[in-house]
Amino acid sequence: MSALDAGGMVQISDAAVSVELVGEDMMLNIGPQHPSTHGVLRLVAQVDGERITRLEPVIGYMHRGKEKLAEVRTYPQITTLINRIDWISGFANEVPFVVAVERLMGIEVPERAQYIRLILTELTRISNHLVFASSYPLELGAATPLMYAFRERERVLDLIESVTGGRFHPNFNRVGGVKPAAGGGSTQKNVVLDLPAGFFEATLRTMDKVLEVCDEIDNLVVGNELIQARTIGVGVLPPEIVLAYGVSGPNMRASGIDFDLRKHEHLLPYDDFDFDVVVRSNGDCFDRYVTRIEEIRQSVSIVRQAIGKIPSGPLRAKVPRVLKVPPGEIYVRAENPKGEMGYYVVSQGGRVPYRVKIRSASFSNISVLPWVSQGQLIPDLVATMGSFDFVLGDVDR
Amino acid sequence: MASFPLGGLFKGMKVTLKELFTKPVTVQYPLEKETLVPRARGVIALDVENCTVCMLCARECPDWCIYIEGHKEEVPPSKPGGRVRSRAKLDRFDIDYALCMYCGICVEVCPFDALYWSPEHEYSEYRISDMLHDKERLTEWLETVPEPPALES
Amino acid sequence: MSFTVELLVKVVVVLAIALPLALVVIFGELKVSAHMQSRVGPYFAGGRWGWAQPLADAVKFMQKEDLVPSSADARVYKLAPYVVLMGTLGTFVIIPIGPDLVSRNLDLGLFYVLAVSSLSTLGVLMAGWSSGNKYSLIGGLRAGAQLIAYELPLVLAAVAVAVQAGTLSLNGIVEAQAQPWFHIGDFGVTLPFLVSGQIIGFLIFLTASIAELSRIPFDMPIAESELTMGYLTEYSGIRFTMFFLGEYAGMVSLSAIAATLFLGGYWLPGLSNDLLDWVGPLVVIGKVLLLCFLFIWFRWTFPRLREDQLQSLAWKWLIPAALVNIMATAFFKVVF
Repeated sequence: MSALDAGGMVQISDAAVSVELVGEDMMLNIGPQHPSTHGVLRLVAQVDGERITRLEPVIGYMHRGKEKLAEVRTYPQITTLINRIDWISGFANEVPFVVAVERLMGIEVPERAQYIRLILTELTRISNHLVFASSYPLELGAATPLMYAFRERERVLDLIESVTGGRFHPNFNRVGGVKPAAGGGSTQKNVVLDLPAGFFEATLRTMDKVLEVCDEIDNLVVGNELIQARTIGVGVLPPEIVLAYGVSGPNMRASGIDFDLRKHEHLLPYDDFDFDVVVRSNGDCFDRYVTRIEEIRQSVSIVRQAIGKIPSGPLRAKVPRVLKVPPGEIYVRAENPKGEMGYYVVSQGGRVPYRVKIRSASFSNISVLPWVSQGQLIPDLVATMGSFDFVLGDVDR
Repeated sequence: MASFPLGGLFKGMKVTLKELFTKPVTVQYPLEKETLVPRARGVIALDVENCTVCMLCARECPDWCIYIEGHKEEVPPSKPGGRVRSRAKLDRFDIDYALCMYCGICVEVCPFDALYWSPEHEYSEYRISDMLHDKERLTEWLETVPEPPALES
Repeated sequence: MSFTVELLVKVVVVLAIALPLALVVIFGELKVSAHMQSRVGPYFAGGRWGWAQPLADAVKFMQKEDLVPSSADARVYKLAPYVVLMGTLGTFVIIPIGPDLVSRNLDLGLFYVLAVSSLSTLGVLMAGWSSGNKYSLIGGLRAGAQLIAYELPLVLAAVAVAVQAGTLSLNGIVEAQAQPWFHIGDFGVTLPFLVSGQIIGFLIFLTASIAELSRIPFDMPIAESELTMGYLTEYSGIRFTMFFLGEYAGMVSLSAIAATLFLGGYWLPGLSNDLLDWVGPLVVIGKVLLLCFLFIWFRWTFPRLREDQLQSLAWKWLIPAALVNIMATAFFKVVF
């Protein structure tokens, strides 16, 4: 009304539109079946146009009841169950559990077994990070790095298969060491399942190829301005939020927190090797990606050093045929490729544990999604989600 | 927004162009096959002679996919005047490969060398009930069991 | 010949060239992308090269069930693929493949082509809205914004060419490129517009065409990893084939336009007009395949841009660059 001057005319400079554009938020179900949710994750998002105002993850579509099943399985049988939690890095899931049981029983693992465990864990770490390095650009639209990384991953999986017999679910850890012989009978007992001939050469050749593909991915993905435009500054996790939500693994190290369970807990002889913990400071998607590529390079260096230094000796400590674990409880955690994975084993004597609680990395990693997706666009949500590198088997167990 | 298009994009294009002219790594499966490593876990073979129906494998299997039935037979004494001995004879030994998770616990716990791993893996069937391999079929797999590989010195 | 017979012959010839060329480009994409990714691509359909794969795919799509989702707006849903295809096939009318081989040599050729090709935007919006699916809606809206935003650089880059050639007719543009640009002694050096001053225009036109076709790096509307095919999600069977063919026919038509505007169309230096009557079509097809190879190469190397980055690229960078290009062309045309 003040826009009207003395003559009753509206001055253009004073007129203003005073109607607020009111719209409704749309409820978008980024449903269980979706190409980029790494499995059956359901995100109920309230979007305003393309901007997310509220996000709620709904999990449990892949719950297989591993912790309950573990209450009715003997210790060697539980190893076959927990292989399948984080199915991309199969071997690394078994290690903390087996170490927990060994610590409860007070068994000393022979050196050679520890080195073999370490080599296989690092090979699984390389394999896992190769999957991530190639499926993440796929979500952003670049389809080619997938094929290059999987080509090299086949070689790594072949290595794991030549030692253990299985690619993804090796079932090679035993309480007291690694699987010593092919069977229990008089001939099979002497078929030692040690590293086969040609393993060292094949591993060194494969490590060279892995480094080559890392360089190819550097050229194709990391240096690409479009990827940088999509990921730099997107999904930033400040260190306080990382610690508050329990995000672990490369996600944590990309936000500047220098903490690696390989150097902190002493399950495997990482102290004998010289490697850097990759830490970056920005905490955005780009840093999480580059952290994992650098971790591949560090793992390659560890494997090369380990091959040079592996001692000889037995593959498994002496354990009774029928495994009974004395009463007690223990929590052991290790650096799964996806983050911190821990097992809390409670035993009351007997062949079967009383309770096994699995602390999985991806469950805590995606709990930060509602916080980080506030105000993001949907494509940014896809980019952020992909950069956390989770699998639903790990989230739901 | 990043300024556009610069060296990074061209480097990426160079990589794909180079790959365009290198030989693909595809193995055309039904026409060409890869050889598997000797330790690969493809199928379990049974040596009936060695089995004493001790039931350890059936007990330790996490999926309970091994079905065993047996009975005791009288064996006449080897020397006249000796004791009549009884020996267990295997009636039925079935492994249901639709349930088997290829973990290898059965092979490992067998105290009599009756079970072996073989890398054969091409036994898909049209009906699930055909995935139950009986004693005769398991014995046929025994021919495919490879020699254990030589070890790293 | 009477008008209707002539019309029929022209329609048949145009379809006979455009659609098989689209199939060739589909096959090329399958094979080239496969070898770039270190794999083999189609192998079994039709001998060792798999050349019959696109045909096999077409037959497969045709025998699929004709689905219309229950919450979709049926009339608009069924109409959308035709609108898109119409917008694409209509551009083949004025593309010259030889000095006299053109369906109709319009004086306003360039104007017509750019106007008709923007009909497909309407079809995309129709598809996105009528599918009754939130993902399709988001895809359709993204598509609408993107296609409208990139029409402008496309048109402005073409305007610069029109300024340099002095005519809007595509035949005239090709002939303008056949004129010597400068003389070394007695020898007249003839250059296509790409080299004789339109390099920036070419890059702008190329970028805008990729965006018009909704291909990676500009495929937010489809965005397979986020929206499962965006506005195309609910389409299956023959309707999907029409969209699919429409995309590749669009690739062929935009490449043909770019080849005519910037690379010289049916003309190669040193060939006389009579020879061009026979060789012209092959020259055009060669240039079209070269540009399609560029499109394929970009698709399999780059990721996709986010919607707001897409828009800022168009409005803040391409349009000012195209305007500067026009002014510079006009300046050089008047002064020299």
